[in-house]
Amino acid sequence: MTKKYITTPLLDEDVVTLKAGDQVFITGVIYTARDAAHQKLAELLAAGQPLPIDIAGQIIYYVGPAPAKPGQVIGSAGPTTSGRMDIYTPALLALGLKGCIGKGARNQSVKDALIKYKGVYLAATGGAAALLAQTIRKAEVVAYPELGAEAIYRLEVENFPVMAVNDAFGNDLYIEGQHQYAVRETEENEC
Amino acid sequence: MRELDVAVLTTAIAEMVMDANYNLGLDVYQALEDALSKEQSPSGRHVLAQLVKNADIAKTEQVPMCQDTGFAVIYVELGQDIHLVGGDVSEAIQAGVRQGYQQGYLRNSIVADPLRRVNTNDNTPAVIHFTVVTGEQVKLIVAPKGGGSENVSAIKMLKPADGVAGVMDFVVETVQKAGSNPCPPMIIGVGIGGTFEKVTAVAKQALLRELGQPHADEFYAELEQKLLHRINQLGIGPQGFGGNTTALAVHIETFATHIASLPVAVNINCHAARHFERIL
Ligand code: SF4
Repeated sequence: MTKKYITTPLLDEDVVTLKAGDQVFITGVIYTARDAAHQKLAELLAAGQPLPIDIAGQIIYYVGPAPAKPGQVIGSAGPTTSGRMDIYTPALLALGLKGCIGKGARNQSVKDALIKYKGVYLAATGGAAALLAQTIRKAEVVAYPELGAEAIYRLEVENFPVMAVNDAFGNDLYIEGQHQYAVRETEENEC
Repeated sequence: MRELDVAVLTTAIAEMVMDANYNLGLDVYQALEDALSKEQSPSGRHVLAQLVKNADIAKTEQVPMCQDTGFAVIYVELGQDIHLVGGDVSEAIQAGVRQGYQQGYLRNSIVADPLRRVNTNDNTPAVIHFTVVTGEQVKLIVAPKGGGSENVSAIKMLKPADGVAGVMDFVVETVQKAGSNPCPPMIIGVGIGGTFEKVTAVAKQALLRELGQPHADEFYAELEQKLLHRINQLGIGPQGFGGNTTALAVHIETFATHIASLPVAVNINCHAARHFERIL
């Protein structure tokens, strides 16, 4: 596990330094969006209209945070399952999005788009929401406040911890990691 | 006959949904620490250490361990000799959920209609399972359930001839398919028997057992161990990054079934396995 420190916004040169299996710490601005916000972004794209945020060079975090308690910047904020965003992601990468943070596997079209447009898919630890929230220094809603937890937030993070899963070279930590630790039939004992 | 005002249920439920979301059970906490000492993969150990630390933060700061504070699943075991007064029991429970999610800064994750998808903004309705038992007490169990792990759960109506091997294959296949999505390490609730609807209820109930407590019947206790072994040989590991801790435990519960049937349900839970019990 190599440790890498990155600051947003990202350039292609930054993205290509990241390899599947790297432990990555992000500092800077990231944007949140999950199912409902992605659907709205897709509708705007289909209608040829501008998006409410400029996503070029940015990272989108798939999260619907818990409400902030008084005195908190944000409530617990861990990743949601990324696969539900697969249908929207290639179009956003084509527009210059450089990374997304979530949990769980992406489909082939996302992996292909990460190679084509030089992007990276990062996984945050699902369920470590209280820990992750501690690295968020500032949070403000920048679009779709009516969506509540599903609104688009602009987050300022400091050393937000993630793992690079799909890099711009076609590597996949989920496949390689499982392959490395799977006990194959022939080695298997009684059951 | 003992009388109990349903307002007592409202207060209890409100406190319990908060407790369940802030305080990871000691059984799961212990299982995470054990896994940390045994996990071979460095990234797996890194994840497990994060999860232990996360549980500590949630408990100290009294904040939700996971932002998905769940669908409130509530079990009510109602003593047949108690008389509930002061209003509708179900309503009192829903009011408790409403209160607890609001006061506890828990996320509202429920949409009123599955296709039109408008948030109810108070996390109701809860799913309530009532059973009537002897005595004059009320036992409440609150088990908030996250969507990520619920979505990868599965049911299959096997043939009786598929037997133990068929059941095992289906459970392992379901976990393999779930992969990294349900935030492994997972806890696997397996229901075997009953009818189509009963088997899923049994699988969910299996998740309420204290972690690591084997099934009372040796035959099933052994099956639980075999399944856990096979699942942890899949290599999925913590968060799916590779490793030998894919599941913390497999719990099986069974029910009588029809001569023609062998239903199996696999209800997957994540490490944020929340359940809280109180007797009133
Ligand atoms: S699967 Fe569990 S740990 Fe993961 S996001 Fe959902 S509730 Fe949280």
